[in-house]
Amino acid sequence: MGYSFPEEVLEHVLSFIDSDSDRNSVSLVCKSWHDIERWCRRRLFVGNCYAVSPAIAIRRFPELRSVSLKGKPHFADFNLVPHEWGGYAYPWIAAFAKAYPWLEELRLKRMVVSDEALELIAKKFKNFRVLVMYSCEGFSTDGLATIAANCRNLKELDLSESEVDDVSGNWLSQFPDSYTSLESLNITSLSSEIRFSALERLVGRCPNLKTLKLSHSVPLDLLPNLLQKAPQLVELGSGLHTKEVHPDLYSKLAGAFSGCKGLKRLCGLQDVVPSYLPTLYPICVGLTSLNLSDAPIQCPELIKLVSQCQNLQRLWVLDYIEDTGLNALAESCKDLRELRVFPSDPFGQEPNVSLTEQGLVSVSAGCPKLHSVLYFCRRMSNVALSTIARNRPNLTHFRLCIIERFRPDYITLEPLDVGFGAIVEHCKDLKRLSLSGLLTDRVFEYIGSHGKKLEMLSLAFAGDSDLGLHHVLSGCKSLRKLEIRDCPFGDKALLANAAKLETMRSLWMSACQVSYRACKLLGQKMPRLNVEVIAEQGHPDSSPDEYPVEKLYIYRTVSGPRSDMPSFVWTMDKNSALSSS
Amino acid sequence: MENKVIYEKDLNLEATELRLGLPGTKKPEKQAPPSLKTSNKRPLPDMNEESGSGNNSSVSDDGKSHRETAPAPKAQVVGWPPVRSYRKSCFQPKKTEAEEGRTYLKVSMDGAPYLRKIDLKVYNGYPELLKALEEMFKFSVGQYSEREGYNGSEYAPTYEDKDGDWMLVGDVPWNMFISSCKRLRIMKGSEARGLGCFL
Repeated sequence: MGYSFPEEVLEHVLSFIDSDSDRNSVSLVCKSWHDIERWCRRRLFVGNCYAVSPAIAIRRFPELRSVSLKGKPHFADFNLVPHEWGGYAYPWIAAFAKAYPWLEELRLKRMVVSDEALELIAKKFKNFRVLVMYSCEGFSTDGLATIAANCRNLKELDLSESEVDDVSGNWLSQFPDSYTSLESLNITSLSSEIRFSALERLVGRCPNLKTLKLSHSVPLDLLPNLLQKAPQLVELGSGLHTKEVHPDLYSKLAGAFSGCKGLKRLCGLQDVVPSYLPTLYPICVGLTSLNLSDAPIQCPELIKLVSQCQNLQRLWVLDYIEDTGLNALAESCKDLRELRVFPSDPFGQEPNVSLTEQGLVSVSAGCPKLHSVLYFCRRMSNVALSTIARNRPNLTHFRLCIIERFRPDYITLEPLDVGFGAIVEHCKDLKRLSLSGLLTDRVFEYIGSHGKKLEMLSLAFAGDSDLGLHHVLSGCKSLRKLEIRDCPFGDKALLANAAKLETMRSLWMSACQVSYRACKLLGQKMPRLNVEVIAEQGHPDSSPDEYPVEKLYIYRTVSGPRSDMPSFVWTMDKNSALSSS
Repeated sequence: MENKVIYEKDLNLEATELRLGLPGTKKPEKQAPPSLKTSNKRPLPDMNEESGSGNNSSVSDDGKSHRETAPAPKAQVVGWPPVRSYRKSCFQPKKTEAEEGRTYLKVSMDGAPYLRKIDLKVYNGYPELLKALEEMFKFSVGQYSEREGYNGSEYAPTYEDKDGDWMLVGDVPWNMFISSCKRLRIMKGSEARGLGCFL
């Protein structure tokens, strides 16, 4: 039977289909569609760089232009993953250098990127345009210098939250004078002094520059010049530190901000002097995103600022905003979609600000479009959580961190099971959930029965027994990522739900009760999983089999055990149950 | 007199102990894998109350049995609360002040029932600071030497720096000290004398 219409037509139709899941569906229709689709796929997202090898990816998709890769597990953000664990970008980049000379975009998250890898990018991809390294490490400003010197068509360079070996700020001068294509630059994580004159010239000659996020080392008096050269900016990140308040600096800055009529997103403001904040007032009404999580602004000034941002959709702020500030937010910012409140003093033992669960309740009541919440606080109650759930059934992301562990409902002193139960029950589209406070197995029963759309769950210091884990693994149909620390979950639940693990991207368990024996068994029985045991204290064989492993990372893969493990990581495979060395 | 203070602290153990979990119940032992130390192991029971490690300190590195007595804030657990490490550098002492120029820091002394706050900017150097501390807490700090720390005293003034490490006061230049010091603690007794082996 022949085709109903030519391949070229199908290919043309497919070029309008961007979403990965749609493309995956297309490729399952029949062999010829699979073949056509793979030849015209241009973007690839690999959520776990060890789930598939570069060779397999290249073999299936010969014509990629854009690749996203993620390396370390999320808990690496909190120092739970040992330093040399893995996530190396070089093998991927080296393979791409041979297979995709026309590669344009690389987006890497939590990966180790060496200067050699950066050099490959700079020299091998003639039309390279976008380099995003989010929370990466392993490279220095020398690597950046090579990128700057060689990537003629670079549009975007984003180093958000990456750890860069900051050798010198001169790398910025490596962009040749003929280079004008910069559209987005994020160098907030760099600390060394950059040559400000080089930055100014760069900004001045790139007319399409839309995003400029600088490190806090850029002094305030140089900012107006920069802004005047880039009035077309849409996103700005800058510290606003200065030693004293100058009247004419103030008016220069106010003028420069007013000139940026298209500014929609603002972040940074580290070390800002409160008296300079009014320079921002004229642009507040245009702002859709405000990230003040690095800014030590106190409540009164925060209220003044936020009350003017009537079109704000996203706010990230420190808990200096307090309940009163959140009340003001709830009244002024009716378009708010995402709120993150970070702790200003996370390791302090008493509250230093008056921020409680009430602030979140207010915002949940006043902001009908709020769907994404990350909230650090020091007390919570079941009734508050239930109220939030009823107010905002449209929540898709709910991450609550009660700073002190095992904190019960502060009113009833009960566990917070019922409150979180209300969240999963009412918020039927909830995709991401992080729990905290005093929690028993009961909360997991609720999550298992209601959390049908839940994709990512983070647990810490919660639960009583294996039953808790069993509820989650057996009930949460859409679960992709589960990360657990310090919970009394052990072998039974894990082994009973082994098959579930193949339907998920990954499972992390640290300081739990999973025995070495269970890990070996799992590794033996599930060849399509990598069961990695992390044991920094010594080979797990040196303790009895029933002892719990320190850390466990299980992920599905089509590439088998990885070959780049450090000395303290072992993959349990079909031989491990037999060997006892 | 100091003995009396400790004795009283002992009596008030239950009442003043900060607890996690429901009152009137035992501290919840949520997990007890062999690798974790329980807080029953306390080499210096009367010293530990002040450091506040009276509750479970389920730290991930179990190799150091003296973790219980380490001068860490209560519940100093790796990776908790879950804040990105780069954020820690934002938390400088001066952020707690609305006005510029003041650097109020908490000062605790082992055995004292409450903390004090001082403004570091008021002092011109270590001698002034140490004298002020001596007067505030009624103790004597002894003679500082680079090699041996503070000699001739039961006490050692220590401070927590930006990275969360506890350092002996006096080792670095004054300006470096005031910009990196987050809080002060006057350590006492064998902890103080043994400081050299911690560093």
